[in-house]
Formats: sequence, C-alpha cells, structure tokens
Amino acid sequence: MNYNKITIPLISLLIFCLFWEWIVWFNGWPNYKMASPSDLWPAFWKFRWLFLSYGWDTLWRTVVGLSLSIVVGLGFGVIMGFSKTMRIALYPLLVGFNAIPKATVVPVIALMFVGFHDMNTILIVILISFFPIAVSISIGLSTLEPEYKDILLSLGATKFEIFYKIALPKTLPEFFGALKVAATLAFIGTNLMEIIEPHGKGLGHLFDSGKISADYPLMFAVLIALALLGIFLYYIVIMFESIFAGWAERN
Amino acid sequence: MHIELRNVSHEFNLETGSLPVLKDLSFSVPKGRFTAIVGPSGCGKSTITRLVSGLLKPKKGEVLISKEVIKSPRSTVGMAFQNPVLLEWRNILDNVILPLEIVSKNISRETKMKRARELLKLVGLAEFEKSKPSELSGGMKQRASLCRSLVHKPEVLILDEPFGALDAFTREDLWQTMLTLKKQESFTCILITHDLREAIFLADEVLVLSGRPASLQFQLDVKLGDDRKLDDLYTNETTKSLAILRKQIEISQKKIML
Repeated sequence: MNYNKITIPLISLLIFCLFWEWIVWFNGWPNYKMASPSDLWPAFWKFRWLFLSYGWDTLWRTVVGLSLSIVVGLGFGVIMGFSKTMRIALYPLLVGFNAIPKATVVPVIALMFVGFHDMNTILIVILISFFPIAVSISIGLSTLEPEYKDILLSLGATKFEIFYKIALPKTLPEFFGALKVAATLAFIGTNLMEIIEPHGKGLGHLFDSGKISADYPLMFAVLIALALLGIFLYYIVIMFESIFAGWAERN
Repeated sequence: MHIELRNVSHEFNLETGSLPVLKDLSFSVPKGRFTAIVGPSGCGKSTITRLVSGLLKPKKGEVLISKEVIKSPRSTVGMAFQNPVLLEWRNILDNVILPLEIVSKNISRETKMKRARELLKLVGLAEFEKSKPSELSGGMKQRASLCRSLVHKPEVLILDEPFGALDAFTREDLWQTMLTLKKQESFTCILITHDLREAIFLADEVLVLSGRPASLQFQLDVKLGDDRKLDDLYTNETTKSLAILRKQIEISQKKIML
C-alpha cells in the first residue's frame, strides 16, 4: 500500500515529463516559447545556491504568513460562528474584501510599507488566505447540532468548555479542508509580493530576474520549484490533518 | 429526587407571533419513579425536557426538583436524545466519561474509567470501549449514549425519544437494557416517547398530554411490577391499557385538528 503511494505518483510524474519533452520537441518550440524539462536542469544547476536561499525565503514567509492567517481566520471564524449578529455584520465585509483581486492590493501594500519586504510579503499572505479558514470555522461552529451543546449545558458547563471539548474538535475536519486551500493560496501571495517589490528576495524575485534577463529556462525552473514547495507544504498540512482530525476518515 | 411542575405555561416567540406550547401543565414524579409522557407530535413534549433540565425557564409557573425551584442547569441531571450525539473523535469509553470531566473534575481518571466500565458492562458494550462511534450500530450507539447520561449518577434522568430511530427488535433489546439500568442505578426518570407499548413496558405511570398548547389530559398507572418481561406486553390487561391510551391520543389529536 505504502509502496504504491510513492511509486504511482512517481510514474505519473515521469510520464508527464516525457509528454512535456515530446510536445516541445514535436512542435519544434524554441525555449522562449516553452522550455522543455531537459532545459530546466542546467538552469537549476547554474543558480543552485540562489534556488536554495531564495526557496527558503519564500517558504518561511509563506509558512509564517499561513500560520498568522490561521490565527486571524480562527478569530473571525469564532466570532461569526457564535454570534449571529456578528455573522450578519461581517459577512458582506469579508466577502467584499475577498472579492478584490489581491494582485491589485500588492502595490498598495508595497507602497504603504516601503522597504519592509518580509513584513509586506507576510501581510499579503495573511490577506489572501485567512478567508477560507474564517468561513469554514464559522460554518462549522454555527451548524453544531443543539443536542451537542445541550448534553454539556445541562450539566452546567461553561461556554469555554463547550468550545474546546466539542465545538472546536468537531470543526477540525472543515478547518483542515480550508487549510489545504489556504496553503496553496498562500504561495500566490508570497510570489505576487516578491515579483512586484524591487530588491526583494525569494523565488518570485528570481522569476523576475529571469524575465528581465530573458532567461526563459530559469523562469520555468522557478515555476517548478514553486510547485515542489507547494506540494511539500500541502503534504505537511495532510500530515497534521491525519494527526488531529484522522478520526473523520472512514475506512 | 421528586420532580414537580406547577401550573407551567410556556410559549415561543416566533416572527409570526407567539406560539403557546404548554398551558397550565401540572404533574409530579415521585422520587425513584419512572414516568412516560406521550402525546401527539409537536405538542411540546421536548419543551418539558428542556424545562426540567433547567435549559429553559417557563414563562409562567414553576419547575421544582425536591421542592427547589430550578433556575439554571444543574449537574444532577442526565439527558439522552433520539440522536445519540456521540463525539466521533473519542472512543466509546471517553465518550461515556465526558460528563464526569465537567461535573467531577477532581476525581482521578482511573476512578472515572472504572465507573464508565461498570455501566458499559451493564449494557453489554464492555468489549467495545476502544471502538469509535462510527464503528458501532445505531443500537450500540444508543446504549453508549445511555451510559453517558448515567455516568455521573444523576438524580434525574431525562430521555427524549432515545429509542425512536431504532428498528423494532433493537428497540425491544434496549427496553430490556433500560430495565436493567433502572434496577442497578437509582434515578427519577422522565421518558418522552411516541411508542405506547414502550411507555407501558418501561414506566410506572404514563401521562397523556393534550394537543398544543399541552396540558395534562390523562394519567395511567402501570401495574406490571418490577420484574417485567416482553411477554407482559401481550396479556389482556396490557392490551386494555394500550386501548385506553390509544383512545386518549385520538382525543388529544382531535384538539389539534380543531
């Protein structure tokens, strides 16, 4: 079983790369139109140290931003989950805010706090990924069946006891569902900021350098590196999910 | 504990106006007795459970437990519902322990586990204490839910149609489990049900409520004694009692129609 979990994705990856190589070769595309997998390795090797240090920059900014967006999302989710008035009051604001394309917010933030690359990047990650978390928590809490509360309330339990003994654990599966979405969104946030801010660091900055110097294989290599980071973070979330909300999985 | 309702009236405030559910309802359940309450759908039976557990305050009248007016929830009450509402992330043993975590925070986990195991054994779930609720059948979940409602030795047990969603045979099994629990544990019980046979088999007296707004319409004393068997449900005397109850339900349903 475990063997299949590793080999099958590897085989599908190999087939995908072969197909990619073939389609570039078959159409005779030059590498500024579409780089092929065989062009990528030299690009990776040439900038290997930059990939490592910038990859780390992108990763830690994303992880810190995502962690803070959990805090913010949990805060909004709990407020809206427990108070109907707050839910009615905050939903339109949050939905409206979420509807703004974050690419347009990036330059605003970049101008607001010129020079604070790390903070700006983390800020945009929070803005982009707290929404799904807030919504999932608020829905999870507000749809808690009344009987669940009654069994504890009838014993004189406090609101806090009901929250951490029942409401919070019961909401965890929904929370992790949202966290998977948020984790992939977070990378969009980091890279938008890294690409737009001058003199920044991170994979987004490397991508921009590739664009400026017309190094197309480098740009494609950055995309692949981002995909790898995304997969990495996604599976970290899955790992936490199986630890904290594994009970929701049925065999 | 002696439970008493004195001239209780209650209504719900809806957007369309107020909906009276209980009107001048008075009855009492002596200490250690088992009372079943039957009545047409939507007559306010579940409201009674929330009043007795202290989750709801009546608009008029008083609810008393051992001569004391109930103002707020108290730890001496146990509840079980039609939906067993077990916590899916806890195993059966930890589910049963839950009320003890609220009302007896100071006793050791070993003592809690010992008490929970004692009940699980009584209902025949001893081997399933490590199972997750999703691995159990509907009847087994309901057994676990009954254990949870009794684990903290409540003086008052409130059952709101706990067997309503089970198939007929499982239901009869659970009736017998309930009788076992009644013999072993000491509690005063109110059972809300739609099943007249269930009411007669389990209770010492059966109260029939009128249609909404509900008040006490009829009271039947069950003369089956302490040692009950399923066969007792098929005697002439039981059949007569069932017929009387059936007639009373018809009368209370007519009140709703009018």
